[in-house]
Amino acid sequence: MKVRLFARARDLAGADTIDVDLPAGATVGDLRRLLGRRYPALAGLLQHSALAVNDDFADDALTLPVNAEVALLPPVSGG
Amino acid sequence: MSSALPLNVDRVHLSSQEVARYSRHLIMPEVGLDGQKRLKAASILLIGAGGLGSPLGLYLAAAGIGRIGLVDFDVVDFSNLQRQILHGTADVGRPKLHSARDRIQAVNPEVQLDLYETKLTSANALDIIRPYDIVIDGTDNFPTRYLTNDACVLLKKPNVYGSIFRFDGQASVFHPPQGPCYRCLYPEPPPPGEVPSCAEGGVLGILPGLVGCIQATEAVKLILGNGEPLIGRLLLYDALRMSFREFKVRRNPKCPVCGDKPSITALIDYEQFCGVRGQESHAPAPADQQGETTVEELKRRLDRKEAVFILDVRNPPEYAICQIPGSTLLPLPELPQRFGELDRNREIVVHCKSGMRSAKAVQFLREQGFTKLKNLKGGILAWAEQIDPSMPKY
Repeated sequence: MKVRLFARARDLAGADTIDVDLPAGATVGDLRRLLGRRYPALAGLLQHSALAVNDDFADDALTLPVNAEVALLPPVSGG
Repeated sequence: MSSALPLNVDRVHLSSQEVARYSRHLIMPEVGLDGQKRLKAASILLIGAGGLGSPLGLYLAAAGIGRIGLVDFDVVDFSNLQRQILHGTADVGRPKLHSARDRIQAVNPEVQLDLYETKLTSANALDIIRPYDIVIDGTDNFPTRYLTNDACVLLKKPNVYGSIFRFDGQASVFHPPQGPCYRCLYPEPPPPGEVPSCAEGGVLGILPGLVGCIQATEAVKLILGNGEPLIGRLLLYDALRMSFREFKVRRNPKCPVCGDKPSITALIDYEQFCGVRGQESHAPAPADQQGETTVEELKRRLDRKEAVFILDVRNPPEYAICQIPGSTLLPLPELPQRFGELDRNREIVVHCKSGMRSAKAVQFLREQGFTKLKNLKGGILAWAEQIDPSMPKY
């Protein structure tokens, strides 16, 4: 599964995209926790970021479909 | 989907000069005379006359919006000019609203401008927003974004949202119950300091031009009742990849503001909600003051040739602009991996640009057992102001 990072998340993880292997039936919340463990610098922001699964924002309870493309969108404040 | 605003155009008249001015609109079937009258009958409130507010103010005035309100209390600074095209070099030091007024009136004197030279607060937001048909969020901080969102939800005003960071832009139209609000997307703000502002993280000067133009387009479409508004969609612009993507956002029935059973029915304290006030009261606690030093004290000690270790925790592009003589660069994001390089028996004076990041570094190093630490109050900006006026400020 591919996770695309945007804005500040890209800086904190030091990557544009991350490849993740999760067991079938894993949820968005599982993915969030896994990313937090793998990238401790990202952990704080992750809790306050939106995750979109196949271009649709999803809450943590959603089961990730097979081959889902996930986007991690942290909030942005500049104007 | 069209969601035309209830505008009364019966008494709106276009003069010959206005017909000439708006002729390229008038000959388009999507605007036409009726549409141009709608634009003239409409009122828009711009919150912020900065990066996003600049293209918004200029294009909305040029397009013939009848009444534009501007909220900003800032003064033009040299560092604004790279992107805030409402303001010119000669305007540095003037209130932004004054230069905005001059520039917008030069573009289109037909527009009625209402100037609110104040900070938008929970006390004044509802009164300022109420008279307008559309609100455009061009603010540069989380407390004002949440305040704008909540006030718009309470007053049922469409909130045309835009936000920028370095090369990344976001835009959407929040208008419950037709679609979600900002809180449906981001229920709670990130902890203070977690998401840098433009002043801390930088921004490509052109980026707000593009995002502001997207917001202006959405506002005009809402007034015309034409096309598909960005309601329920978050548009993401990535200038580095030069790509646009959109994501579906649904209204959250459990949203505390726009949900089915809202728990927030009046404006709250947004500085507190975003942790800004809490942070102020925590950072310079009295117990911490002994852990601070001033630029004057540091200069005296350097002049006495004392062997002070100066740790600069800014990022490399900032270090390239200016440095305190003899300082060592170790950027804050790398500190958790590299603090072992530091000598914990030696006194360390930590500094950044203005003192926030270095305070975090001091706290982190204390947790690792370092004891001889001092945070440089005011950072390198204070050094440039009080010790070395020839040093460039950024």
